[in-house]
Amino acid sequence: MELSYFAIIIGAIFVNNVVFAQFLGICPFLGVSSKVNTSLGMGAAVTFVMALASIVAWSIQTFILVPLQIEYMQTIVFILVIAALVQMVEIVLKKVSPSLYQALGIFLPLITTNCAVLGVAILMIQKEFNLLQSFTYSVATAIGFAMALVLFAGIRERLELDGVPAAFKGNPIALITAAILAMAFMGFSGLV
Amino acid sequence: MKSTLFNMVAVLFTVTLIASAGVGAVNMITADAIAAANAAATTEAVANVLPEFENTEISEQTIDDMPIVVYTATKGDETVGYAVESMTKNGFGGAIRMMVGFAPDGKILNVNVLQQAETPGLGTKMADEDNALLRSIKDKKAWEIEFKVKKDGGELDALTAATISSRAYYDAVARAYEAYKVACGYADKADGVSGATATNNEGQKTQEGGQNE
Amino acid sequence: MNKMQIVLNGILKNNPTFVLVLGMCPTLGTTTSAINGLGMGVATMAVLIMSNLVISLIKNFIPDKVRIPAFIVVIASFVTIIQMLMQAYVPSLYASLGVFIPLIVVNCIILGRAEAFASKNGAVDSILDGIGIGLGFTIALTLIGAVREILGSGAIFGFSLGIADYMPLVFVLAPGAFFVLGYMMVLFNKLAKK
Repeated sequence: MELSYFAIIIGAIFVNNVVFAQFLGICPFLGVSSKVNTSLGMGAAVTFVMALASIVAWSIQTFILVPLQIEYMQTIVFILVIAALVQMVEIVLKKVSPSLYQALGIFLPLITTNCAVLGVAILMIQKEFNLLQSFTYSVATAIGFAMALVLFAGIRERLELDGVPAAFKGNPIALITAAILAMAFMGFSGLV
Repeated sequence: MKSTLFNMVAVLFTVTLIASAGVGAVNMITADAIAAANAAATTEAVANVLPEFENTEISEQTIDDMPIVVYTATKGDETVGYAVESMTKNGFGGAIRMMVGFAPDGKILNVNVLQQAETPGLGTKMADEDNALLRSIKDKKAWEIEFKVKKDGGELDALTAATISSRAYYDAVARAYEAYKVACGYADKADGVSGATATNNEGQKTQEGGQNE
Repeated sequence: MNKMQIVLNGILKNNPTFVLVLGMCPTLGTTTSAINGLGMGVATMAVLIMSNLVISLIKNFIPDKVRIPAFIVVIASFVTIIQMLMQAYVPSLYASLGVFIPLIVVNCIILGRAEAFASKNGAVDSILDGIGIGLGFTIALTLIGAVREILGSGAIFGFSLGIADYMPLVFVLAPGAFFVLGYMMVLFNKLAKK
């Protein structure tokens, strides 16, 4: 019996949400998400890159690193692959679909240093997922990330209009908001 | 420095080459130490789930495509227990590895979770010293246990809000028991040499009957 | 610039956690106890000092266009080396920090300091900057870890204070990380203003 795909999806989106439970991708989460629209763009770009990266990283791990017994090079190889992948996506997108590039372009360079992408690639290898499970896991994680971003942006758009004490302005109030959201997400724990 | 195609390629190549060489060198130095640390962790886990012993004999099996290692512990000429390094891929956070200790008569002595990535505060409790999962199987005779949680019609407790993790835990213990049965040769010993073994054979039948339902 | 000033800047004026707000992922993810925070801080500091040093030495040989990839290779190598050393000599700490050790690669602090400081300054200053920023990060992480450990599991550096049963577990769980960091930033802001 394999871990069901349904459990992977629900787990990655809600129960172990990448931002609220695993603390990956916090920088773009705090930096980007103050407008709902940009959050959607960032979420879409991350989903795209993560889906691609999961396939490439899994293949490299299985067909190159493990047979050559150089698993210890994993970190270096993965980060370079992700950086190269982001560059490639940028170039291809520019040529093939200028409109999509317009929408996602500015977020792409930021993704290289988004630790969620590298984190998911390393985690899926650690969890010993097969290719399809890895892909499912990555996409679900990215959807969870996008959802967290959009939810948070909605709250912050309102927060800007409210009187926040000076010492709480900016990041502190954002973190405390995130804490309350994280607590709400803990409610999903009993889901499965 | 100005960028030309030649110096860009040359510099990146050199940097990568030196970096890989450095990492490779450190790997050679630390490989033995890492292996030793892992071996120490395994030895500790074996000691943790078994009574006092002098020697262990290692045998490997593959069950459901997963590698299972059995450490047969002896003291003098007597076998004092079996430590089985078992695993499952059904955990909520992927693979779970554990060491399960069996007494020669098939009693589950202790379980030591070696690796898990379950939800913190919920599924991770499986690694605690005295948790609901361990309590419901510890010191019980393995052949009398039906490895099912109450939610699935069994009798075993599950961790609060972590049914998948609990199922996975029992799945790994059940796999350890399979490996244990092979290791101590119950599958071949039809006659049963001692009284204890005979009981085990009977127990084994009922357990298998349970699984067929 | 005064040498001492570089180190002090890293700890206070440019504190990576409370002022620059960089490297939030490990800050939140590994501070479930004081010892984990300390371990993560020291590991990051080691990588930061080494990468700052190497980058300040090779900066004149790197063409501008491949600067970032070259830096990433250097950083990733040191992270891998630290990863192997920890696996070999402190396996239990390595296990509890988990995926966040390889993720030091994408810690914005390290690439940030490489870009902002090491690629413009000499070797000695770069090392000092690494020490300062590294210490600032380590202190912040240890503090957050200590607060969460006391509030969540009623212990400090693993020593039980005998009050575990009365403490809210939520502080070692995910929401507690955000809460503690948020309120500590508020405190830092208040104190810095005076």
